[in-house]
Amino acid sequence: MDYALQQLLNALAFGAEYSLVALGLAVVFSIMGLVNFAHGEIIGVSAYSVFLAAALGLTSPIVAVLLAVAAAALAAVTFERVAFRPVRYAPTTTGLLTAFGVSIVVQNLFMLLISPKPQSVSILNGLNQMWFFGPFAVSSLQVMELVVSGLTILALVLFLSRSTLGLAIRAASRDFATVRLMGIRANRVIATAFAISGALAGIAAVFILARRGSVSPDLGFGLVLKAFVACVLGGFGSLAGAAAGGMLLGFIEVGLLVALPQEYGGFKDALTYVIIVALLVYRPEGLLGQRVELGDKEI
Amino acid sequence: MLTVENLSVRYGAVAAVRELSLSIEPGQLVALLGPNGAGKSSTINALTGLVAPMAGRIVFDGKDISRTRTEDRIRRGLTSTPEGRHIFANLTVGENLRLGAATRRDPKGVRADIDRFLALFPVLSERYAQAAGTLSGGEQQMLAISRSLMSRPKLLLLDEPSLGLAPRIVAQIFDFIGQLKAEGMTLLVVEQNATQALRFADRVYVVSSGALRYDGPPAKLADEHGLLNLYLGG
Repeated sequence: MDYALQQLLNALAFGAEYSLVALGLAVVFSIMGLVNFAHGEIIGVSAYSVFLAAALGLTSPIVAVLLAVAAAALAAVTFERVAFRPVRYAPTTTGLLTAFGVSIVVQNLFMLLISPKPQSVSILNGLNQMWFFGPFAVSSLQVMELVVSGLTILALVLFLSRSTLGLAIRAASRDFATVRLMGIRANRVIATAFAISGALAGIAAVFILARRGSVSPDLGFGLVLKAFVACVLGGFGSLAGAAAGGMLLGFIEVGLLVALPQEYGGFKDALTYVIIVALLVYRPEGLLGQRVELGDKEI
Repeated sequence: MLTVENLSVRYGAVAAVRELSLSIEPGQLVALLGPNGAGKSSTINALTGLVAPMAGRIVFDGKDISRTRTEDRIRRGLTSTPEGRHIFANLTVGENLRLGAATRRDPKGVRADIDRFLALFPVLSERYAQAAGTLSGGEQQMLAISRSLMSRPKLLLLDEPSLGLAPRIVAQIFDFIGQLKAEGMTLLVVEQNATQALRFADRVYVVSSGALRYDGPPAKLADEHGLLNLYLGG
């Protein structure tokens, strides 16, 4: 019982983290058609900001969390302003290559300006404790990950369904030109989407830092690849799909860890992708994706 | 209200609009007629700024807006209901109307305007919380025009409001357009359907192959039947 509960919590916590990062990718992709592979470096900027602040004497974990989220949102908006805006109307492959370029440049900046080696960050270690509920021992970090991700997604849903800018982001995912015909500034819609994407990455960065206790230049890159897979699984461009795909990926990974005998543990990633390929053969548009409709004449 | 001088739009080597000039007085309904591919939609898109013209001057409400961004032209009171309606299919009817009022800062007035359109088009009221993509073509057109009006424009450009709709629905849409004119709205209606567009027009421009072929009152156009046939195919 204890073991099953522990594994369930594991799956939910991993799933929640993938969902947050996948949502960040999806919110930008849905309106711009840009797969932002520099999303991992947004997580990196966030983590290094906490590292630097701690090195300069910051001791409050709460301030560190706020700093992580703010730095990530600022980094995302800055990437858009500096790198993506000039290629906004270029073919999508240009945007993709730009994203890889930003990713490489920023990772190298981390190496040059700070260090290629992992740097210890202990300010958020307090989040990672054992909580005891009667006979059960659970990781406080995993519970928080689940609860915070749930609240964040709820806040995002409310923003997208209540505020004018939220409505504009949803509308722009289908028809950006007509959003501009409503008098809504394209730059503002895109900057908001990037800020949301960055804030989500910043929340993920807090959990990564609390778990690993260190930061390295390639911190976010692997996670973004996983989030990309989660987006494909859920249906690219669909926000609900990104969240669902992230959760499903968490369950597939933890499920395989539990199911596979110890000596075959190395096959986990390979089998994960086998399952994903099988799902995509069955449903090529992803879980919640829609086939692209060819609508009325473009304006 | 609007003066356009020598507007030219090119897509690469193809000239879509050639030195087009037109003007619209306050309270007028002006019809811009022409066959498919005559450059009507390019003209509208140049007026809203979605397409950058090669040359020409656009003066709206006394100000040269030739270099003004689309979003700022809308804020100045020039708006358009695009061809093919372009409602936000994944948003509800209510959310579509709210986005139409995105530039306004008077929530009470916005609420009152939404209620007005819901009373005018009861079907929008019935489907208020449903995805706008589930509406029929005619209902989508009514929503699209209502959405444009939510910004309280001074000049409304309507691009092919009859496109793909049954004759009975087209007549309904034009009844509404006539009503808007009676309320004092200034309108530019771009159409292939000459009969409907001429019902309320004060002035008519006919374009073909990107260039102006006729400019004058609708009565005279009807007299010169050959002209109508020539450019509109009957």
